[in-house]
Amino acid sequence: MIEHAITLFALTLAAGTVLVFAALGELVTEKAGVLNLGVEGMMLVGAVAAFIVADQTGHAWLGALAGTLAGAALSLIFAVLTLSLLANQVAAGLALSLFGIGLSAFTGLSHVGHVIDPIAPLALPGLSDLPVIGRLLFAHSPFVYLSLLLFALVQWFLFGTRAGLVLRAIGESPQSAHAIGHKVIAVRYGAVTFGGACAGLGGAYMALAYAPMWTEGMTAGRGWIALALVVFANWKPWRVLAGAYLFGAVTLVQFQAQAMGVDVPSQFLAMLPYAATIIVLALISRDAVAIRRNAPASLGRAFHADD
Amino acid sequence: MSVLSPKSVLFTMLAVLAGLVSVSAIAADTPLKVGFVYVSPVGDAGWTSQHDAARREMEKALAGKVVTKYVENVPEGADAERVIRELAQSGYQLIFTTSFGYMNPTIKVAKQFPKTYFEHATGYKTDKNVGIYNARFYEGRYLAGIVAGKMTKSNIAGYVAAFPIPEVVMGINAFTRGMRSVNPNAVTKVVWVNTWYDPGREREAADTLISQGADVLTNHTDSTAVMQDAEAKKVYAIAYHSDMSKYGPHAQLTAVTHQWGAYYTKEVQAAIDGKWKPGSIWGGIREGMIRMAPFNPVVPKDVQDLVNRTAADIASGKFHPFTGPLSDNDGHERLAAGKVISDDALLKMDYYVEGVQGKLPATK
Repeated sequence: MIEHAITLFALTLAAGTVLVFAALGELVTEKAGVLNLGVEGMMLVGAVAAFIVADQTGHAWLGALAGTLAGAALSLIFAVLTLSLLANQVAAGLALSLFGIGLSAFTGLSHVGHVIDPIAPLALPGLSDLPVIGRLLFAHSPFVYLSLLLFALVQWFLFGTRAGLVLRAIGESPQSAHAIGHKVIAVRYGAVTFGGACAGLGGAYMALAYAPMWTEGMTAGRGWIALALVVFANWKPWRVLAGAYLFGAVTLVQFQAQAMGVDVPSQFLAMLPYAATIIVLALISRDAVAIRRNAPASLGRAFHADD
Repeated sequence: MSVLSPKSVLFTMLAVLAGLVSVSAIAADTPLKVGFVYVSPVGDAGWTSQHDAARREMEKALAGKVVTKYVENVPEGADAERVIRELAQSGYQLIFTTSFGYMNPTIKVAKQFPKTYFEHATGYKTDKNVGIYNARFYEGRYLAGIVAGKMTKSNIAGYVAAFPIPEVVMGINAFTRGMRSVNPNAVTKVVWVNTWYDPGREREAADTLISQGADVLTNHTDSTAVMQDAEAKKVYAIAYHSDMSKYGPHAQLTAVTHQWGAYYTKEVQAAIDGKWKPGSIWGGIREGMIRMAPFNPVVPKDVQDLVNRTAADIASGKFHPFTGPLSDNDGHERLAAGKVISDDALLKMDYYVEGVQGKLPATK
């Protein structure tokens, strides 16, 4: 039983981490008032860039860096379109997703079927071998620790620094922030790029460690789930984290139930992760006032200094 | 979510060009134009990959006599109809549509192009100019089961499956029967992932099965994730569709591979000779449509021999994987001793046989 629980815990962290990266990035973007629906596309471009570089150079971590940069680069296209050229954010974001899906498929064509050395889970001599605790705490993929570090950073930046306050102020009322001298467009550029980098890193994690391969559309809709997570988590980083792990956990529990032969239709079990995550997050975020307080007031609206 | 692949963009451009340049009349010495429609990208392994390998095999066998074209990543539905029609319009005389969901579009377009030949894979609707073809994948599954039964130490096999349709259920049952024919204590655990293709989820399902004791895995999904996970976790696996030994050099025991090449060559040759007729083919090991990949050296010689002997018996018709007595996993007898299951009963299979754990999710 303990053995099962430990395995389930490790698998849950591994499954949730893809969503943690993508959703935390999108959270920062949205906190600055920008809605970027291109997460799926950015993840795929991150995944393909990471895989190609890892495949060519033999250095998987160089691949992770490339994936991060590729995600950021793709998001810059979105930033130029929506922040400088004032294009509609929803349309531009959807276009970015489609573009990213196509671009990744095209650039990855000659790497389909290649095999790389994946980034393996940590094996700290001594620590990882400790009974129970070793496997609970010290034997995960390095990406899992990276995502937790990212969570701490985002939480600290948004709610513990002056720069984070400015970013949130811009997300609430870009006009006021502009009036008191903050550079709205520059900050939003930064937030969008950060979101892109995180999505790219999430994609890199998939292609280098979680399901080490490249095939077209391999993120299989996780970008859209990450987007939904941000909303249901009411723009709070810890809830994003909880939601991502909950989603992973319910997916895995339903697989465990199936493998044990529990008599519940698999179609129902397949729906559970979505339903459970939405219900739980909706319940903990049900306070209407809190929702209004947390949702960035200017989300999705273009800003121009002359407005 | 899939967008136009580069090749389909290119194809559309070519189709437009073809419309501008008038298509020359079909003369005896002009090569036959043969079109293929694929549901997913060709990729390196999997369902579509096997069809494309067969296309190339046919092209090579009939070099100079055929021109082929394929359109990949065509969603089932309205898009498929458009693509099939475009192929027919631009003078493709024999068109293979290689996914179940192309059935109605194929029939529809075929009525509009009575002089064009169509062949639809895995469907059941035919017409004057539409033939159908499919393979008895379950024959390979049975052989895979024999290997699994001999190689498992935990007596638990893990099966990652996509959707509870007869095609997949038939495979699970054949695998389990093969396994229990050599190891009556072994059981199959099934995890349904409810998707044909999601490497992350397929891997999660494989991990789950391993954590519950499965030491031989197989799958009916379309990525290489299960094989790669088996390799990483040091358990065995039996690949489906394609030989995946590249992804699991130690893990892969063998693979149930789909081989359409000989069939395509035969059909195209018939069309060239003017002798093509709409057929209804359900071929298996005998027709060469199903072949086992080379065995991993860890599979003992006597097991390899047993598999080869059984394959020969299946090919000669001496043995059928679903020969009674056949009970479902609730203990009800489905087939009396000595009786052989009918094709009709196979194609409607909606129960697990004895030895599969759990309950089959309802399909209706």
